[in-house]
This record gives sequence, C-alpha cells and structure tokens, in this order.
Amino acid sequence: MNLHEFLVPPAETARREGPNTRIVMSSRVRLARNLKGLAFPGWAKKAERIRALDQIRPAVETLPQMAGAFSESMDNLNALDKQILVERHLISREHAAKNAGSGLVLNREESLCVMINEEDHLRMQALRPGLQLKQAWAAIDAVDSKLEKKLDYAFNAELGYLTACPTNLGTGIRVSAMLHLPGLVLAEQINQIIQAVNKLGLAVRGLYGEGTEALGNVFQVSNQMTLGESEPEIVERLNKVLAQIIEHEENARGTLQEKKPKTVCNHIGRAYGILANAHSISSKETMNLLSFLRLGVDLGMFPEMERGLVDELFILTQPAHLQKNFSEKLGADERDLLRADMLRERLRSVSRPVNPPVKLDKPSEE
Amino acid sequence: MMCCICKEKEATVHLTQIAAEKMQKVDLCEDCAKQKGVNDPAGFSLADMLLGLGASQEMEQAAGGSHLKCPHCGFTQADFKKAGRLGCAHCYDTFSEGLEGLLKTMHKGTRHKGKIPAALRESQDLAARLKQLQKRLDKAVAEEDFEQAALARDEIKSTKEKIAEITAP
Repeated sequence: MNLHEFLVPPAETARREGPNTRIVMSSRVRLARNLKGLAFPGWAKKAERIRALDQIRPAVETLPQMAGAFSESMDNLNALDKQILVERHLISREHAAKNAGSGLVLNREESLCVMINEEDHLRMQALRPGLQLKQAWAAIDAVDSKLEKKLDYAFNAELGYLTACPTNLGTGIRVSAMLHLPGLVLAEQINQIIQAVNKLGLAVRGLYGEGTEALGNVFQVSNQMTLGESEPEIVERLNKVLAQIIEHEENARGTLQEKKPKTVCNHIGRAYGILANAHSISSKETMNLLSFLRLGVDLGMFPEMERGLVDELFILTQPAHLQKNFSEKLGADERDLLRADMLRERLRSVSRPVNPPVKLDKPSEE
Repeated sequence: MMCCICKEKEATVHLTQIAAEKMQKVDLCEDCAKQKGVNDPAGFSLADMLLGLGASQEMEQAAGGSHLKCPHCGFTQADFKKAGRLGCAHCYDTFSEGLEGLLKTMHKGTRHKGKIPAALRESQDLAARLKQLQKRLDKAVAEEDFEQAALARDEIKSTKEKIAEITAP
C-alpha cells in the first residue's frame, strides 16, 4: 500500500483531542534501543545496517500493536513522502535523510511509530493528543517489553541501555510535549519561562523554524537527562513542569484580555483578515497567523470554528502537503499562491471574529 | 499578582523551582528579577553546551589525549570528536575513563535507575537466589543436617536449570 493511501487525513488527526488540548497539542515518549554485537547505525557499514534492519523489521511488524501497520524501507520512499512524514512529526529530519538500510513501521492509528537505523538501531515513539505523557509512556513501554523478547538489546547493568550518543544513555527516553504558547509570547514572558525550564534540566525549543525561532508560537518541552533517574520519575517531573507552564500561559492570556484587550483583538482580527483574504502567503507568515487564529478560538472569538480546523491547516499549509496534490514540482512562489487559495477556501465559511468574545466554559480538565 | 520581593510592582516573572522533590513558586517583577540575576544567561543551557565541543574536549583530556581505539569496531577518539556519537556498545568500555566525567555533567547520576529487560532481571534474581541456596547448603552440611542439605541441593539443581533455560539462545 502506498503511503498516501495509508496516512490518516489531517482533517481526522487534527481533531483528536486529549486533556489540556487548548495548550498542549500533543504528547510523545520516545525510547532509543540498540542491538548487541552490531555497530551503531552511524558507524556501521551498509551491509551491517541491512543486517540490523532485517532482524528488527520483522520483529516490529509482528507485534500485536502493529497489526495492519505500514512498513517500508526508507529507500522505497521518495523525497516528498519523507517530507510529509516529517511535517506530520512522525519521523525526524535526520531519519528522512536515510536510505537503504533504514526503515519505518507506523501503526494504523499513527499513535506508534518505529524508526529503524536512525541514530540508534531502534527509535520507537508513542504519540497521544493533548497532555497524556503517562499514557504514552505506558504504550511504548509495552511495545519495548514485547520487543526485548525477540531482540537482544545492548544493555549494561551500570549504564542501562547503550545508545550511540551518551546524551541518551540509560533509559534512552525522551519525553516531550508540543505546546502552543501565544499568551506567553505576546506578554513577552516566554524567555523567562524558557530560562526557568532550562534551569530545571529540561529543554525548550521552537518546533517549527530554525535555531531559536519559534514559528506559530509552538514549543517543544522535553527532558535532557536520561541516566540516573527512572522513566516514571522523568515523566512525573515533566508533568509537574508542564502543569506550571499551562498555568502561566492561562494567566498570561487572562492578563492580556484584561489589560490589553485591544492588542489581543487586533492580532486576532488581522490574522483572520490576512488568512481569509490573501492571494499569496508564505509558510512562515501562515504559521504565525494561524497561531492567533487558534488563540481566537480558545478565547471565544470564533464561536463556530473548531480548533481542529486550525490544527488541520497547520499541517496542510506546509510545503510538502501543498506539493502532494500536484504532479509538477512547485516553486516557493507557486506554493505561496496555492497556500493562499486553500486558506481562503477553507476559511470562507468562518465568520469574522466576534468582540466581545463569547464566554466559554473552560473545559473541565485535570 | 504582586511581586513577592518588593510587593509594589506587578509580577511578570514566575519561577518554579523543584529541589529535593519540593516545588517552590516565586513571582517577581521585572526589576527584582534582574536584581536577583534570574536572567543571567551563564546559568543555563548546560546540557546543550556540553553536547557540542565541550564533550569531546573533556573526553580527550580525561583520556590524556591518547589514541584509544575500540577493539570491536575500530572507533577512535578522533571519530568521537567529529561525530559526537560512539561506534558501538563496546565503545562505552573502551572510552569509559573519558566518558565518566562527561556523564556526570550531562546526567542526573552515573548509574542506571530505570527499566531492565525482563530476562536479565529474572536471571539476576535467580543468580541471587542461587547464592542464598549455596549458603544454606554449606550451613546445613556444617551442621550435619542432611535433610536440609538434600533439600537445598535439589533447589540448587532446579535453579541452575532455570538459569540455563533463560540464557540459552
């Protein structure tokens, strides 16, 4: 089956909701594992990488969790397929650059994704909508426990699971959440938050954009340390910090609405105006404006629009997703035109933002 | 929310500190935050910094700049400097001396505290059990309690069989 037929439409994935969806877009737990007796993928010769792939791939494919999964060798995916997987946050950019000797196994619901021969022999991840770190950990822990019966992991009683990079050593775990923080950005508090979170040994980075730039006000918070702490301890620590960030973001939004209502409405109104009426728009501008649209939904300024539509547009307006529907290769200028066409079309039925906002009951969340 | 130090200005910096499992919250105004050095950039991003150049330099120093080479995969110190990644699982033995300091700065501890593969955990448990049984046997023999000794001997035999079962390919 080809990848495009397999992938769940963004219209569906973007509408999956979990706890704290207003701020936490998704949760992810990743484990790194390697096989005993084989060099790590970055150092192994091609033949050795293929040997590892041939051992791992059937073991992963036959997991009960992977019934009906999509499984492919990376050299059978073209550049566009790979880019689409990256834009959906299913594989890393590094993995997209791999070819023969690397593979991918993705389950039907797109909640489990295993990269074979990325930086480590196995990079397996569980994804959940909203804030569900514990659930994601339980899911990937179960996959790992099944796999360890079929594969001989490189494990050392002192150092734990051995990984290509010493930063992943021990548990090999990376617990992360994707956060939408427009309130903290508008209130110019985001840098303080980032610094405070860094001080706690956690990493914060912009999810889109290069370097420190955080397009669309989307940030990823994750643990840095993997050795000397158990997996549940790491999950719990992240949960505590995330609860704090969520509270700060809600406070920032509340304060902004109270103290600078015009500034907030201006940002949201302009974002709507441009997205719904532009005839050419870059991916960067689109993401920054979609962020305000999402904030507008959260604040009750678009009573009829679903948050899911904004999240869907976050995916559909990315370069590879635009290119997908056209056979000839599009240039950046052409993509900007098509992106604007699509946004106008999709936002045609969305009414202008209302002011004052409709009072929303805050969803009952933990 | 008022600043909890000067109690005059609006708090815009909200810090949460987790130390020894206790969460502490501090709300500061911009000025007090500056005074307290909250924005001091030198205090942050330790791990990120170490990930880069710091890591390989530290390793080189610890290893006395020697030309260590992994006997299993041929990976060298210089390769680590280039890639920032190791060659194979055995590299952790080969370069253990240099890595130790690095791991200390990078992680919470230097000893794994998390998940252990079930088969390994089981064989560890059985090995501990075996030791215990051996002691019991020795004691019983010394005390000429042959009934107990026979029991212990039988259990040792079955435990050994279980270990062989697990470790068999």
